[in-house]
Amino acid sequence: MIHSLLARYHQGTHTIGYPQEPAPEMPARYQGRPIIDQKRCRGMECTICLDCCPNAALKREPTGLLSLDMGLCLFCGACVHQCPQEVLSFSRDFRLAAGRRDELIVNSIESPTDVRLDQLRRKLIHRSLKLRQVSAGGCNACEADTNVLGTIVYDLGRFGISFVASPRHADGILVTGPVSINMKEALLATYKAVPEPKVVIATGACAISGGLFRGHPEASAGLDEILPVDLYVPGCPPHPMSILEGLLQLVGLVPRTASEK
Amino acid sequence: MIEGAVTVRHKESVSLQDIPCLPFHTFQAALSTGLAAGLFLAALPKLYGRTGKKEVLAVLRHDQRRRLYLLRTEMPQQWRSLAKEFPQVASFERELAEESGCTLQGHPQPSPLRYLPQTGTATDDVGRYIGSHDFLRAEGEEMHEVAVGPVHAGIIEPGHFRFLCYGEMVFHLEISLGFQHRGIEAALRGRVPDRRMLMLMETLSGDTTIGHSLAHCQALEALAGITVPDRAMDIRAIALELERIANHVGDLGAMAMDVGYAPTASFCGRLRGAFLNITAMLCGNRYGRGIVLPGGVGHDLDDERIGTMVDQIKTHFADVTEAATLLWNTPSVMARFEETGTLTRKQAKDLGLVGPAARACGKEMDNRVDFPTGSYRRHRLPVSVWFTGDVYGRALVRWLEIKRSVAFVLARLQDLPTWEEQTPFCRLPADQCIVSLVEGWRGSICHVVVTGNDGEIGAYKVVDPSVHNWPGLALAVRGEGIMDFPICNKSFNLSYCGHDL
Repeated sequence: MIHSLLARYHQGTHTIGYPQEPAPEMPARYQGRPIIDQKRCRGMECTICLDCCPNAALKREPTGLLSLDMGLCLFCGACVHQCPQEVLSFSRDFRLAAGRRDELIVNSIESPTDVRLDQLRRKLIHRSLKLRQVSAGGCNACEADTNVLGTIVYDLGRFGISFVASPRHADGILVTGPVSINMKEALLATYKAVPEPKVVIATGACAISGGLFRGHPEASAGLDEILPVDLYVPGCPPHPMSILEGLLQLVGLVPRTASEK
Repeated sequence: MIEGAVTVRHKESVSLQDIPCLPFHTFQAALSTGLAAGLFLAALPKLYGRTGKKEVLAVLRHDQRRRLYLLRTEMPQQWRSLAKEFPQVASFERELAEESGCTLQGHPQPSPLRYLPQTGTATDDVGRYIGSHDFLRAEGEEMHEVAVGPVHAGIIEPGHFRFLCYGEMVFHLEISLGFQHRGIEAALRGRVPDRRMLMLMETLSGDTTIGHSLAHCQALEALAGITVPDRAMDIRAIALELERIANHVGDLGAMAMDVGYAPTASFCGRLRGAFLNITAMLCGNRYGRGIVLPGGVGHDLDDERIGTMVDQIKTHFADVTEAATLLWNTPSVMARFEETGTLTRKQAKDLGLVGPAARACGKEMDNRVDFPTGSYRRHRLPVSVWFTGDVYGRALVRWLEIKRSVAFVLARLQDLPTWEEQTPFCRLPADQCIVSLVEGWRGSICHVVVTGNDGEIGAYKVVDPSVHNWPGLALAVRGEGIMDFPICNKSFNLSYCGHDL
């Protein structure tokens, strides 16, 4: 007993102070929210970044503007290395989550806006959000980084958010993976078992767009083909901070814009 | 040694024409001879797109002689199963039957391994789909079934477990997987290796990103004849060991959690993340995406970064030592660990277990020593073995490996060779076959690559350690109370996505 108490003392406290304090610093080589400097771009005739993107996340709009879909982006950085004009870069901003699919498309330096939710659901989940996690055909990295939120570092419970064992006890589902054909029925059954009103969260590129497995006949092309999604957390996998910030956005605890405070 | 087999070294490519296509009965006789002599079946891939023929390759490994034996035959309509005699082939035969449409004769459990879905319908031509698994039944007073999954209580991947219980005792556990199947191998066929292919390898199993991407790159480099500089080899080995340390630390915590011992559970939960963050210092991603590239590594280390990494590893390792020591010195933990989920050495050999699960039963098998590549050729790591085969054994082997990996990583970080230019990856030669082995943290990872006429991927077979070890878990819980399933499960901690592909 005395040894476990001594160990407890020695191990110290590691829970991050976020959101009251600034978030812990992201690794120097971390690739967060993308930035596109359209002024540097050579325009229509150049296709270097479009060609090197392994998941077709970059697109040239008819207007000539370059856009990056974070829902497809695997944050590999190939475009940054290839572009001779340094048009693209990844910032260390982990605030990637969005409430609408089109808000994931970036074409300049944009500050993320708040995730919106109808008043009824916002009120219901503001102080207590219980989620059922459904893993549906991914690689287990998103699951692992969601699991991390339960450790003492992030201590998700202090925000009234937790993962529960049964969909009957849940206010919503958090889905990872591209929804494999083999998992679709179980996902729909789980969704159905959650009492109304409910929220749906798509975590990771796979759940948002099918990710790397988009186009495979064995997988779907994103959760929003199947269910209405309230929160998208892009990344492959998203950093635990991105998931945490997304969840706090959804319950309305950490507004991104000062005006909503 | 085996008649009709071609003997190769690890990562030695061989032309497919040089592997004789044996008549089926000769092939099976040779396979049986090899297995009876104690060889290990590493893979049994179907060869796709060989001039309209359906062919199959068997890869046997001889760990003491460090050689691989390759056998080839034409797929028969009916496959006479060897699974009753040699249980280690059971999963491979199920996989093969499912992929090639042949019927299995005399197989103890002939159902599909993954229930590969036909587009959109999730049923195959015989009408079998993932929910239709024909589970073993037993009847009688107090006999009952417990069905778990595919959606589990925690944040876990999907799989279905069916327990046949007598009271609280587990008579039999049947595991039905395939829910994570997302068609990776099919997506590789006919393609030329590129960044996207590498990423598919990195996501075979997210927690084994380095292990699988390394096996992939080793195969491509050996096929294309590219030499990787020593420094890049060392950085790869550092990344592979960091992956091992992080996952083993997490597993010790998870095992503590499942016996209700909160201190180690919470300490190790944090420390696993701390080691993942060290990997992120290398490449920006906690799982090591983009570290291993064909030809070398995607990121180098500067002195400042090395210094920080060394300091952090030392600090975190002291904390892990404390957390692990608590486990071994707490009687209530040891009472649950010891003699729970026990497998004998013979069972481990018969089932073809790999990794810490096999080493905990006294089966000395470690690709870093048996089939070393890169840094492991220059720096030998001791194999961590134990003899009890129980949950305690699997926990202890992990702890031994953490200690040895930490020492290895610190030594490599402080003694990195100088940077040399990496050879960019080029084309693959046509009609070659190669086997690449890596010791991932769960055990032996095997990639078999066969190239087509134009140097594209003809067939690609991935064997995750989980394919070997799932039957081990089912056997380990036999005769145990059902309440010991979680702790047995965590002591194996197998991958669903790596199995389902």
